[in-house]
Amino acid sequence: MIPAAFDYHAPGSLEDAIALLEQHGDEAKVLSGGQSLLPLLKLRLGWATQLVDIGRIPGLEYIKEEDGYLKIGGNTREAALERSDLIRTKYPILLDTTLVIADPVVRNRATVGGNLAHGDPANDHPATMLALGAELVAVGPKGQRTIPITEFFKGLFETALAPSEILTEIRVPSPPPRSGGAYRKLERKVGDYATAAAAAQLTLGKNGKIEVAGIGLTNAGPVPLKGTEAEKFLVGKAPDEKTFAEAARLAARAASPTADWRGSVEYKREMARVMTGRALAAAAQRAGGM
Amino acid sequence: MAQHTIHVTINGTAHEATVESRLLLVHFLRDVLGLTGTHIGCDTTHCGACTVLLDGEPVKSCTVLAVQADRKQVKTVEGLAENGNLHPIQQGFWEEHGLQCGFCTPGMMMTSYALLQRNPNPSEAEIRQAISGNLCRCTGYVNIVKAVQHAAANLK
Repeated sequence: MIPAAFDYHAPGSLEDAIALLEQHGDEAKVLSGGQSLLPLLKLRLGWATQLVDIGRIPGLEYIKEEDGYLKIGGNTREAALERSDLIRTKYPILLDTTLVIADPVVRNRATVGGNLAHGDPANDHPATMLALGAELVAVGPKGQRTIPITEFFKGLFETALAPSEILTEIRVPSPPPRSGGAYRKLERKVGDYATAAAAAQLTLGKNGKIEVAGIGLTNAGPVPLKGTEAEKFLVGKAPDEKTFAEAARLAARAASPTADWRGSVEYKREMARVMTGRALAAAAQRAGGM
Repeated sequence: MAQHTIHVTINGTAHEATVESRLLLVHFLRDVLGLTGTHIGCDTTHCGACTVLLDGEPVKSCTVLAVQADRKQVKTVEGLAENGNLHPIQQGFWEEHGLQCGFCTPGMMMTSYALLQRNPNPSEAEIRQAISGNLCRCTGYVNIVKAVQHAAANLK
């Protein structure tokens, strides 16, 4: 399969990339790792006459802690996340997530920024970033702005990014002590999109009760879903099986999955409940509370 | 039809070519350069038959544009053997019969080659994880794992 014809640009700076996006408007698409965009173009399900490859812009690949945040450059490859000691030791929820994205060969190209900016509710990072309360940094003609993850996903393949904006950084608030997170995904085979998947992030108080809770669901509707009701329920409760069972029920109740060859709506909602329960239990264990 | 002049080093040889923007790396390798050892299986980024090394990392060349390889190094299955001698990876697949029809083998070997560069002593679980993006519809993977273990032993 061969994509329809397009012009290709490989700007060497963000400024040049933004100028190209401004010039071409809706006709342009940003190419980062290309592992979602190129398959779409090959299947002719997506369309762009101008591709702006940001892969050659220096300084957009990093993983570091700074100013109370974990900062991930938009072009950071999934494979880099997978191999990072910082991620493995301090942000295992992100390791959980990257390990179930596509497959190891695809992860050598796929980028964290691309996974989010693509706006696909079937992608895995969105749910995790919702659970973590991340912020996304976008740079455009008017400069830089920060978008809370809760305001980022607008619809199916639709995000808060303007056509001339580029997602340059993901910021995750460094979790306080007694925090833990996990991502649990049900997939039919390696590389598949989730039948159901859930991310959970918890912070426990000194009394052992839950102080902060974040939940995100993958493939549970037209946009990545934040488990708001379940999060509210969890605050102040003990991190035990009974609490988590109820929170999982509340999260799954909010899910509106679509029936496909992976299963019926009822089955997927039930699996969303099971995955949420498992993610919460693992998160609590990592937070030192179970 | 946007055209680009690209400079790519493939298996140690510098190539200059003028390519269309939309030309995929796998088509560049197969149709322009005649390096048909790299296979096209699914064409949808799943099967890994088209795996090559791009700057040392295994990638699916059906999902990389040829222009994206400009000023980069590519290694294909044709670049494994040296002076007519099979590379230990190839030897491993030969000795352990790590194939049946052979279609997935080039990609399988490129992924395994990169794994052993990074991790000379992989466990069976690590081998299986590393090749999880390369599908084999014949073997059930048992002999492929043995082939990689054979190569690991011989590369020491």
